[in-house]
Amino acid sequence: MTVANISVSETPLVLYTLRRADDALILGHRLSEWCGHAPMLEEDMALANMGLDLLGQARELYSYAAKVEGRDNDEDKFAYLRDVRQYRNLLLLEQPNGDFARTMVRQFFYATFADLYWRAMMRSSDLTLAAIAAKSEKESAYHVRHSSEWIVRLGDGTEESHRRTQSAIDELWAFTGEMFAVDDSERGLIDARIAVDPAALHPQWLKTVSSVVSEATLALPKSDWMQQGGRSGRHSEHLGHLLSELQSMQRTFPGATW
Amino acid sequence: MATPNIPLWEVFIRSRNGLAHKHVGSLHATDATLALQAARDIYTRRGEGLSIWVVPSNAITASDPSEKGMMFEPAESKIYRHPTFYDVPDEVGHM
Repeated sequence: MTVANISVSETPLVLYTLRRADDALILGHRLSEWCGHAPMLEEDMALANMGLDLLGQARELYSYAAKVEGRDNDEDKFAYLRDVRQYRNLLLLEQPNGDFARTMVRQFFYATFADLYWRAMMRSSDLTLAAIAAKSEKESAYHVRHSSEWIVRLGDGTEESHRRTQSAIDELWAFTGEMFAVDDSERGLIDARIAVDPAALHPQWLKTVSSVVSEATLALPKSDWMQQGGRSGRHSEHLGHLLSELQSMQRTFPGATW
Repeated sequence: MATPNIPLWEVFIRSRNGLAHKHVGSLHATDATLALQAARDIYTRRGEGLSIWVVPSNAITASDPSEKGMMFEPAESKIYRHPTFYDVPDEVGHM
Protein backbone atom coordinates (compact mmCIF):
# COMPACT_ATOMS: atom_id res chain seq x y z
CA MET A 1 0.00 0.00 0.00
CA THR A 2 2.48 2.54 -1.17
CA VAL A 3 0.66 4.48 -3.87
CA ALA A 4 -0.52 7.93 -2.87
CA ASN A 5 -4.15 8.88 -3.18
CA ILE A 6 -5.06 11.26 -5.98
CA SER A 7 -6.50 14.63 -5.15
CA VAL A 8 -9.77 15.63 -6.76
CA SER A 9 -11.04 19.14 -7.46
CA GLU A 10 -14.57 18.60 -6.31
CA THR A 11 -16.42 21.34 -8.11
CA PRO A 12 -20.19 20.82 -7.82
CA LEU A 13 -20.50 19.00 -11.15
CA VAL A 14 -17.45 16.79 -10.53
CA LEU A 15 -18.72 15.92 -7.07
CA TYR A 16 -22.22 15.26 -8.37
CA THR A 17 -20.97 12.93 -11.07
CA LEU A 18 -18.56 11.14 -8.73
CA ARG A 19 -21.35 10.48 -6.24
CA ARG A 20 -23.40 8.67 -8.89
CA ALA A 21 -20.33 6.85 -10.19
CA ASP A 22 -19.35 5.71 -6.69
CA ASP A 23 -22.90 4.43 -6.09
CA ALA A 24 -22.69 2.29 -9.20
CA LEU A 25 -19.15 1.03 -8.57
CA ILE A 26 -19.68 0.09 -4.93
CA LEU A 27 -22.99 -1.70 -5.47
CA GLY A 28 -21.60 -3.35 -8.59
CA HIS A 29 -18.62 -4.59 -6.59
CA ARG A 30 -20.89 -5.94 -3.86
CA LEU A 31 -22.87 -7.89 -6.45
CA SER A 32 -19.65 -9.25 -7.95
CA GLU A 33 -18.85 -10.75 -4.55
CA TRP A 34 -21.71 -13.20 -5.15
CA CYS A 35 -20.02 -14.60 -8.22
CA GLY A 36 -19.71 -18.34 -7.66
CA HIS A 37 -21.59 -18.16 -4.36
CA ALA A 38 -25.23 -17.50 -5.30
CA PRO A 39 -27.94 -19.92 -4.17
CA MET A 40 -28.26 -21.30 -7.70
CA LEU A 41 -26.44 -21.00 -11.00
CA GLU A 42 -29.24 -19.00 -12.62
CA GLU A 43 -29.13 -16.37 -9.87
CA ASP A 44 -25.34 -16.31 -9.96
CA MET A 45 -25.62 -15.12 -13.55
CA ALA A 46 -28.39 -12.64 -12.77
CA LEU A 47 -26.37 -11.01 -9.97
CA ALA A 48 -23.23 -10.82 -12.10
CA ASN A 49 -25.23 -9.30 -14.96
CA MET A 50 -26.61 -6.60 -12.70
CA GLY A 51 -23.12 -5.99 -11.31
CA LEU A 52 -21.79 -5.53 -14.84
CA ASP A 53 -24.61 -3.11 -15.68
CA LEU A 54 -23.56 -1.03 -12.68
CA LEU A 55 -19.86 -1.24 -13.53
CA GLY A 56 -20.68 0.08 -17.01
CA GLN A 57 -22.58 3.00 -15.51
CA ALA A 58 -19.69 3.74 -13.17
CA ARG A 59 -17.19 3.81 -16.03
CA GLU A 60 -19.22 6.30 -18.05
CA LEU A 61 -19.75 8.54 -15.05
CA TYR A 62 -16.09 8.42 -13.97
CA SER A 63 -14.97 9.24 -17.50
CA TYR A 64 -17.31 12.21 -17.57
CA ALA A 65 -16.16 13.37 -14.13
CA ALA A 66 -12.56 13.22 -15.38
CA LYS A 67 -13.45 15.25 -18.44
CA VAL A 68 -15.29 17.87 -16.40
CA GLU A 69 -12.47 18.06 -13.86
CA GLY A 70 -9.94 18.52 -16.67
CA ARG A 71 -6.87 17.34 -14.76
CA ASP A 72 -4.97 14.10 -15.28
CA ASN A 73 -7.42 11.91 -13.37
CA ASP A 74 -9.25 9.17 -15.23
CA GLU A 75 -11.77 6.43 -14.49
CA ASP A 76 -9.14 4.04 -13.14
CA LYS A 77 -7.59 6.62 -10.82
CA PHE A 78 -10.98 7.56 -9.44
CA ALA A 79 -11.75 3.92 -8.73
CA TYR A 80 -8.36 2.70 -7.53
CA LEU A 81 -6.58 5.66 -6.00
CA ARG A 82 -9.05 7.31 -3.68
CA ASP A 83 -9.29 6.43 -0.02
CA VAL A 84 -12.44 5.72 2.00
CA ARG A 85 -12.92 9.35 2.94
CA GLN A 86 -12.81 10.38 -0.72
CA TYR A 87 -15.60 8.01 -1.72
CA ARG A 88 -19.03 9.63 -2.06
CA ASN A 89 -21.41 6.68 -2.37
CA LEU A 90 -24.57 6.07 -0.37
CA LEU A 91 -24.06 4.13 2.86
CA LEU A 92 -26.80 1.72 1.79
CA LEU A 93 -24.72 0.41 -1.09
CA GLU A 94 -21.59 -0.44 0.88
CA GLN A 95 -23.51 -2.55 3.40
CA PRO A 96 -22.38 -6.19 3.28
CA ASN A 97 -24.27 -8.69 1.17
CA GLY A 98 -25.44 -10.72 4.17
CA ASP A 99 -27.80 -13.44 3.04
CA PHE A 100 -29.61 -13.48 -0.30
CA ALA A 101 -32.64 -11.68 1.18
CA ARG A 102 -30.49 -8.82 2.40
CA THR A 103 -28.79 -8.44 -0.97
CA MET A 104 -32.17 -8.38 -2.69
CA VAL A 105 -33.66 -5.84 -0.28
CA ARG A 106 -30.65 -3.55 -0.77
CA GLN A 107 -30.97 -3.98 -4.53
CA PHE A 108 -34.70 -3.34 -4.44
CA PHE A 109 -34.44 -0.17 -2.35
CA TYR A 110 -31.71 1.26 -4.58
CA ALA A 111 -32.96 0.11 -7.99
CA THR A 112 -36.41 1.53 -7.35
CA PHE A 113 -34.76 4.84 -6.53
CA ALA A 114 -32.21 4.69 -9.36
CA ASP A 115 -34.84 3.97 -11.97
CA LEU A 116 -36.83 7.06 -11.01
CA TYR A 117 -33.61 9.02 -10.78
CA TRP A 118 -32.31 8.09 -14.25
CA ARG A 119 -35.71 8.72 -15.77
CA ALA A 120 -35.69 12.24 -14.32
CA MET A 121 -32.06 12.78 -15.34
CA MET A 122 -32.91 12.05 -18.97
CA ARG A 123 -34.28 15.60 -18.97
CA SER A 124 -31.06 17.12 -17.59
CA SER A 125 -29.78 20.19 -19.40
CA ASP A 126 -26.37 18.45 -19.33
CA LEU A 127 -26.52 16.32 -22.48
CA THR A 128 -23.86 13.83 -21.37
CA LEU A 129 -25.66 13.14 -18.12
CA ALA A 130 -28.95 12.86 -20.00
CA ALA A 131 -27.42 10.29 -22.36
CA ILE A 132 -25.89 8.24 -19.53
CA ALA A 133 -29.28 8.33 -17.81
CA ALA A 134 -31.11 7.08 -20.89
CA LYS A 135 -28.85 4.04 -21.11
CA SER A 136 -28.84 3.35 -17.38
CA GLU A 137 -32.61 3.59 -17.03
CA LYS A 138 -33.18 0.47 -19.13
CA GLU A 139 -30.78 -1.42 -16.91
CA SER A 140 -32.23 -0.20 -13.63
CA ALA A 141 -35.78 -0.95 -14.84
CA TYR A 142 -34.76 -4.58 -15.10
CA HIS A 143 -33.07 -4.49 -11.68
CA VAL A 144 -36.35 -3.24 -10.21
CA ARG A 145 -38.28 -6.04 -11.83
CA HIS A 146 -35.84 -8.74 -10.84
CA SER A 147 -35.46 -7.64 -7.22
CA SER A 148 -39.16 -6.96 -6.66
CA GLU A 149 -40.11 -10.41 -7.98
CA TRP A 150 -37.70 -11.88 -5.43
CA ILE A 151 -38.96 -9.69 -2.57
CA VAL A 152 -42.50 -10.98 -3.19
CA ARG A 153 -41.37 -14.60 -3.35
CA LEU A 154 -39.11 -14.36 -0.31
CA GLY A 155 -41.61 -12.44 1.80
CA ASP A 156 -44.54 -14.59 0.80
CA GLY A 157 -42.45 -17.78 0.73
CA THR A 158 -41.50 -19.88 3.73
CA GLU A 159 -41.49 -18.81 7.35
CA GLU A 160 -37.71 -18.56 7.26
CA SER A 161 -37.51 -16.55 4.02
CA HIS A 162 -40.17 -14.18 5.39
CA ARG A 163 -38.24 -13.70 8.63
CA ARG A 164 -34.92 -13.09 6.86
CA THR A 165 -36.42 -10.61 4.40
CA GLN A 166 -38.25 -8.67 7.10
CA SER A 167 -35.08 -8.44 9.15
CA ALA A 168 -33.17 -7.17 6.08
CA ILE A 169 -35.79 -4.46 5.58
CA ASP A 170 -35.60 -3.50 9.25
CA GLU A 171 -31.80 -3.32 9.17
CA LEU A 172 -31.44 -1.41 5.89
CA TRP A 173 -34.34 0.99 6.26
CA ALA A 174 -32.33 3.66 8.09
CA PHE A 175 -29.99 3.93 5.07
CA THR A 176 -32.75 4.80 2.60
CA GLY A 177 -33.18 8.43 3.66
CA GLU A 178 -29.75 9.38 2.34
CA MET A 179 -30.93 8.74 -1.23
CA PHE A 180 -33.25 11.73 -0.99
CA ALA A 181 -30.96 14.17 0.82
CA VAL A 182 -29.58 17.26 -0.92
CA ASP A 183 -26.67 19.48 0.16
CA ASP A 184 -25.72 22.99 -0.93
CA SER A 185 -23.35 21.78 -3.61
CA GLU A 186 -26.13 19.83 -5.29
CA ARG A 187 -28.81 22.46 -4.74
CA GLY A 188 -27.15 24.83 -7.20
CA LEU A 189 -27.07 22.13 -9.90
CA ILE A 190 -30.72 21.31 -9.27
CA ASP A 191 -31.62 24.97 -9.71
CA ALA A 192 -29.63 24.98 -12.96
CA ARG A 193 -31.66 21.94 -14.14
CA ILE A 194 -28.49 19.88 -14.44
CA ALA A 195 -29.10 17.67 -11.43
CA VAL A 196 -32.20 15.80 -10.34
CA ASP A 197 -34.00 16.83 -7.17
CA PRO A 198 -34.29 13.49 -5.37
CA ALA A 199 -36.79 14.79 -2.83
CA ALA A 200 -39.34 15.07 -5.64
CA LEU A 201 -38.94 11.33 -6.30
CA HIS A 202 -39.66 10.24 -2.75
CA PRO A 203 -43.47 9.92 -2.95
CA GLN A 204 -43.29 7.65 -6.00
CA TRP A 205 -40.44 5.62 -4.50
CA LEU A 206 -42.39 5.09 -1.30
CA LYS A 207 -45.48 4.12 -3.24
CA THR A 208 -43.66 1.48 -5.30
CA VAL A 209 -41.72 0.13 -2.34
CA SER A 210 -44.81 -0.02 -0.11
CA SER A 211 -46.85 -1.83 -2.70
CA VAL A 212 -44.23 -4.53 -3.33
CA VAL A 213 -43.54 -4.92 0.38
CA SER A 214 -47.21 -5.32 1.19
CA GLU A 215 -47.70 -7.79 -1.66
CA ALA A 216 -44.83 -9.71 -0.08
CA THR A 217 -46.75 -9.74 3.23
CA LEU A 218 -43.89 -7.74 4.77
CA ALA A 219 -43.95 -4.37 6.51
CA LEU A 220 -41.89 -1.19 6.38
CA PRO A 221 -40.52 0.02 9.72
CA LYS A 222 -42.30 2.90 11.42
CA SER A 223 -39.02 4.57 12.33
CA ASP A 224 -38.08 7.62 10.29
CA TRP A 225 -34.61 8.12 11.78
CA MET A 226 -32.15 8.09 8.90
CA GLN A 227 -28.38 7.63 8.81
CA GLN A 228 -26.32 9.86 6.51
CA GLY A 229 -22.66 10.51 5.80
CA GLY A 230 -21.64 8.66 2.65
CA ARG A 231 -22.10 11.65 0.38
CA SER A 232 -19.48 13.57 2.37
CA GLY A 233 -17.09 10.66 2.87
CA ARG A 234 -18.15 9.55 6.35
CA HIS A 235 -18.60 5.83 5.80
CA SER A 236 -19.38 2.70 7.74
CA GLU A 237 -16.48 0.38 8.59
CA HIS A 238 -17.46 -1.87 5.68
CA LEU A 239 -16.28 0.37 2.87
CA GLY A 240 -12.61 0.22 3.88
CA HIS A 241 -12.61 -3.56 3.67
CA LEU A 242 -14.35 -3.43 0.31
CA LEU A 243 -11.82 -0.94 -1.08
CA SER A 244 -8.84 -2.86 0.23
CA GLU A 245 -9.93 -5.74 -1.97
CA LEU A 246 -11.05 -3.65 -4.94
CA GLN A 247 -7.83 -1.61 -4.96
CA SER A 248 -5.26 -4.14 -3.82
CA MET A 249 -3.85 -4.81 -7.29
CA GLN A 250 -3.28 -1.18 -8.25
CA ARG A 251 -1.99 -0.29 -4.79
CA THR A 252 0.50 -3.15 -4.90
CA PHE A 253 1.52 -2.92 -8.57
CA PRO A 254 0.89 0.73 -9.54
CA GLY A 255 -0.16 1.15 -13.14
CA ALA A 256 -0.29 -2.60 -13.76
CA THR A 257 -2.15 -3.58 -16.92
CA TRP A 258 -2.85 -6.87 -18.64
CA MET B 1 -24.91 -25.26 -5.85
CA ALA B 2 -27.54 -27.99 -5.55
CA THR B 3 -30.96 -26.99 -6.84
CA PRO B 4 -33.32 -29.44 -5.17
CA ASN B 5 -37.02 -29.47 -6.02
CA ILE B 6 -36.79 -26.57 -8.44
CA PRO B 7 -38.59 -27.23 -11.73
CA LEU B 8 -36.69 -27.46 -15.00
CA TRP B 9 -37.62 -25.24 -17.96
CA GLU B 10 -36.71 -25.41 -21.64
CA VAL B 11 -35.73 -22.12 -23.24
CA PHE B 12 -36.48 -21.03 -26.80
CA ILE B 13 -35.07 -17.83 -28.31
CA ARG B 14 -36.07 -16.01 -31.46
CA SER B 15 -33.03 -14.13 -32.67
CA ARG B 16 -34.70 -11.84 -35.20
CA ASN B 17 -37.95 -11.08 -36.93
CA GLY B 18 -39.11 -13.74 -39.33
CA LEU B 19 -37.16 -16.56 -37.74
CA ALA B 20 -38.67 -19.27 -35.56
CA HIS B 21 -37.93 -19.67 -31.86
CA LYS B 22 -35.07 -22.12 -31.42
CA HIS B 23 -34.29 -24.32 -28.46
CA VAL B 24 -31.15 -23.02 -26.75
CA GLY B 25 -31.00 -24.92 -23.47
CA SER B 26 -32.65 -25.34 -20.11
CA LEU B 27 -32.58 -23.86 -16.61
CA HIS B 28 -34.04 -24.18 -13.13
CA ALA B 29 -36.62 -21.71 -11.81
CA THR B 30 -39.43 -21.85 -9.29
CA ASP B 31 -42.06 -20.38 -11.62
CA ALA B 32 -42.63 -19.05 -15.13
CA THR B 33 -41.84 -15.41 -14.33
CA LEU B 34 -38.47 -16.21 -12.79
CA ALA B 35 -37.77 -18.70 -15.57
CA LEU B 36 -38.25 -15.94 -18.13
CA GLN B 37 -35.91 -13.63 -16.19
CA ALA B 38 -33.29 -16.34 -15.79
CA ALA B 39 -33.53 -17.11 -19.51
CA ARG B 40 -32.91 -13.45 -20.25
CA ASP B 41 -29.91 -13.40 -17.92
CA ILE B 42 -28.37 -16.65 -19.12
CA TYR B 43 -29.18 -16.90 -22.80
CA THR B 44 -29.44 -13.33 -24.12
CA ARG B 45 -26.38 -11.69 -22.54
CA ARG B 46 -24.67 -11.21 -25.88
CA GLY B 47 -27.63 -9.77 -27.73
CA GLU B 48 -28.91 -13.12 -29.01
CA GLY B 49 -32.61 -12.52 -28.73
CA LEU B 50 -35.72 -10.52 -29.47
CA SER B 51 -38.18 -12.92 -27.91
CA ILE B 52 -38.04 -15.70 -25.33
CA TRP B 53 -40.31 -18.67 -24.65
CA VAL B 54 -39.96 -20.83 -21.56
CA VAL B 55 -41.76 -24.16 -21.36
CA PRO B 56 -41.87 -26.54 -18.39
CA SER B 57 -39.64 -29.45 -19.36
CA ASN B 58 -42.23 -31.94 -18.14
CA ALA B 59 -44.71 -30.54 -20.69
CA ILE B 60 -42.56 -31.91 -23.49
CA THR B 61 -43.32 -35.38 -24.81
CA ALA B 62 -40.20 -36.81 -26.40
CA SER B 63 -39.69 -39.64 -28.86
CA ASP B 64 -38.04 -42.74 -27.50
CA PRO B 65 -34.42 -43.10 -28.71
CA SER B 66 -34.80 -46.90 -28.77
CA GLU B 67 -37.52 -46.52 -31.40
CA LYS B 68 -35.44 -44.51 -33.80
CA GLY B 69 -35.39 -47.33 -36.33
CA MET B 70 -39.15 -47.41 -36.57
CA MET B 71 -39.50 -43.65 -36.30
CA PHE B 72 -36.89 -42.37 -38.70
CA GLU B 73 -35.35 -45.05 -40.92
CA PRO B 74 -38.39 -45.42 -43.24
CA ALA B 75 -37.90 -41.82 -44.39
CA GLU B 76 -34.30 -42.41 -45.42
CA SER B 77 -35.17 -44.44 -48.55
CA LYS B 78 -37.71 -41.93 -49.90
CA ILE B 79 -35.43 -39.67 -51.84
CA TYR B 80 -38.34 -38.63 -54.08
CA ARG B 81 -39.63 -36.56 -51.19
CA HIS B 82 -36.72 -34.18 -51.61
CA PRO B 83 -37.54 -31.53 -54.20
CA THR B 84 -34.31 -32.11 -56.11
CA PHE B 85 -35.81 -33.14 -59.43
CA TYR B 86 -36.86 -29.70 -60.51
CA ASP B 87 -34.89 -27.07 -62.39
CA VAL B 88 -35.09 -23.93 -60.38
CA PRO B 89 -34.79 -20.73 -62.45
CA ASP B 90 -31.83 -18.57 -61.34
CA GLU B 91 -34.11 -15.60 -60.72
CA VAL B 92 -35.77 -17.44 -57.85
CA GLY B 93 -32.58 -17.28 -55.82
CA HIS B 94 -32.43 -19.22 -52.55
CA MET B 95 -35.42 -21.40 -51.82
